[in-house]
Amino acid sequence: MKNKILVSFQDFVRSPMGQKTQAATEIGWEYVLDSCQAIGRTMLAFFAAVGRLTVFILQSVWYSLLPPYYARHIFRQFIDIGYYSLPVVGMTALFTGMVLALQSYTGFTRFNAESAIAGVVVLSVTRELSPVLAGLMVAGRVGAAIAAEIGTMRVTEQIDALKTLSVNPFQYLIAPRLIAGTLMLPILVLIGDIIGVFGGYAVAIYALDFSPGSYLSQTWDILESIDVVSGLIKAAAFGLLVSMMGCYHGYNSGRGAQGVGQATTNAVVSASILILIFNYILTQIFFS
Amino acid sequence: MTDSPVTAACKIRAAQQDLPAKLQLCGVRKRFGRNDVLRGVDLTVPAGKSLVVIGGSGTGKSVMIKCILGLIAPDEGSILVDGEETVNIDGKARSRMMSRFGMLFQGAALFDSLKVWENVAFGLIHGRHVEKEQARQTALEKIRAVGLKEEVGDLFPAELSGGMQKRVGLARAIAANPEIIFFDEPTTGLDPIMADVINGLIVDCVTDLGATALSITHDMASARKIADYVAMIHEGHIIWHGPIADLDNSGSAYVEQFIHGRAEGPIAVNK
Ligand SMILES: Nc1ncnc2c1ncn2[C@@H]1O[C@H](COP(=O)(O)OP(=O)(O)OP(=O)(O)O)[C@@H](O)[C@H]1O
Ligand SMILES: [Mg+2]
Repeated sequence: MKNKILVSFQDFVRSPMGQKTQAATEIGWEYVLDSCQAIGRTMLAFFAAVGRLTVFILQSVWYSLLPPYYARHIFRQFIDIGYYSLPVVGMTALFTGMVLALQSYTGFTRFNAESAIAGVVVLSVTRELSPVLAGLMVAGRVGAAIAAEIGTMRVTEQIDALKTLSVNPFQYLIAPRLIAGTLMLPILVLIGDIIGVFGGYAVAIYALDFSPGSYLSQTWDILESIDVVSGLIKAAAFGLLVSMMGCYHGYNSGRGAQGVGQATTNAVVSASILILIFNYILTQIFFS
Repeated sequence: MTDSPVTAACKIRAAQQDLPAKLQLCGVRKRFGRNDVLRGVDLTVPAGKSLVVIGGSGTGKSVMIKCILGLIAPDEGSILVDGEETVNIDGKARSRMMSRFGMLFQGAALFDSLKVWENVAFGLIHGRHVEKEQARQTALEKIRAVGLKEEVGDLFPAELSGGMQKRVGLARAIAANPEIIFFDEPTTGLDPIMADVINGLIVDCVTDLGATALSITHDMASARKIADYVAMIHEGHIIWHGPIADLDNSGSAYVEQFIHGRAEGPIAVNK
């Protein structure tokens, strides 16, 4: 079809005045048909991808619940995903809490509303910043690592080898990562909450001359359990998203080093975007 | 459940063989996009015999084995194991079928997060639920059998040479004494002496343990040592098959060209 367009285009250019209109209509039709085909192909590929992802999610959840459970692997993922993410998440939370106190101070002094700073810090950190930033950090650290590891296993036929040894890759590789991601991120976020609030507290006390007693009491007064709980539920959802995207893209990795690189990028990008989207949806559910 | 016409025809075909067929492939087709790899493969592997598949690089030998194992779903055709259809089985039935197979991958495909002995013992521990210490002993025994020192068992695959990895892959494939073993180029990357040791091991698996073997090789010396039967694949079809004794007077120009490694002949080098 491409050829035909090319030919008729050349005809069109070369043709004397009289033939112009006919050639022009031919180009028009060819063009419409070609774009329809392209749109159709894109739509089909899109639906195929959605279907594949859905099947993958159902399969991985199903097999995460079924025995056998590979306890040693789940434990190792707890360490990999949870423990080793602590420094990154801790640093992020600390500086976020600190900068929040500083920024809200410069803003709120204009309205003589310094007493609201403690509340702003604790609510922003627990409800939004700690889960979202921890989620994004973990997406970069863990999502990429999962995609690269499983992708390499796919490319080097280790996943095929697992199957030939009667071990289900969903149970052996994917379930431990999903379980660890879902359970570890809330713990990370809880620790991040504490560190973040502490960061705000430290800046308020040491740089902005607040009194420790009143800052803490303002913090406690405004904080409700739903603030923390909603943040932790978000964290669990984000943890599941990150490991699911890492596993999905790794498991369906293309061939060769390039395929694995692509899978890693896709895992991080899709997890990050999904985190932001789900953050909005969950906030809507909790606070409206 | 009644058989599909393809399966039924294949069962009849399997029953007509001189020797009982352990594996029977009928009209197996597989294409990847525009790449028509298998175009109707018919192949019989008699029980307790060793069949070697030869053929040019990229003719779909590895794909054929993966279809038999169920790692790749063929587009068409029937694959019988002991007269039982295996195309489209999954879940428990597939897992049960897998436990009868052993597979040496062309690239060894060792689990790089596990030690060598854990790799070899993997199928025993996870697939057959053998106790760990016992599985370790069996693994070390197999590691010795493929000509490696026992100390190698505590290394990681990345610390081994290519040929050593291949031998570990072989040890893993035979660790659970499977009924049907697939060897994808077992002697590639080995020195001639070690290749002979491995050939001997494959022959032992078939003669002593009664396994059925399907091997792929480009190494004609190895083929002559391990094969009872030879089949040659070319352009998606099995173009010749017969007992190893007939290999030198096969009457096929393709086989002649292949076994003598000539650039000139019916097999075009640049397709
Ligand atoms: N998963 C796949 N996706 C797409 N194409 C594939 C896939 N696996 C194999 N192929 C294609 O199928 C063809 C046959 O590959 P195969 O690995 O079976 O060759 P082979 O006969 O084993 O060759 P060699 O002797 O070099 O190992 C190749 O052209 C390859 O590109
Ligand atoms: Mg191959």
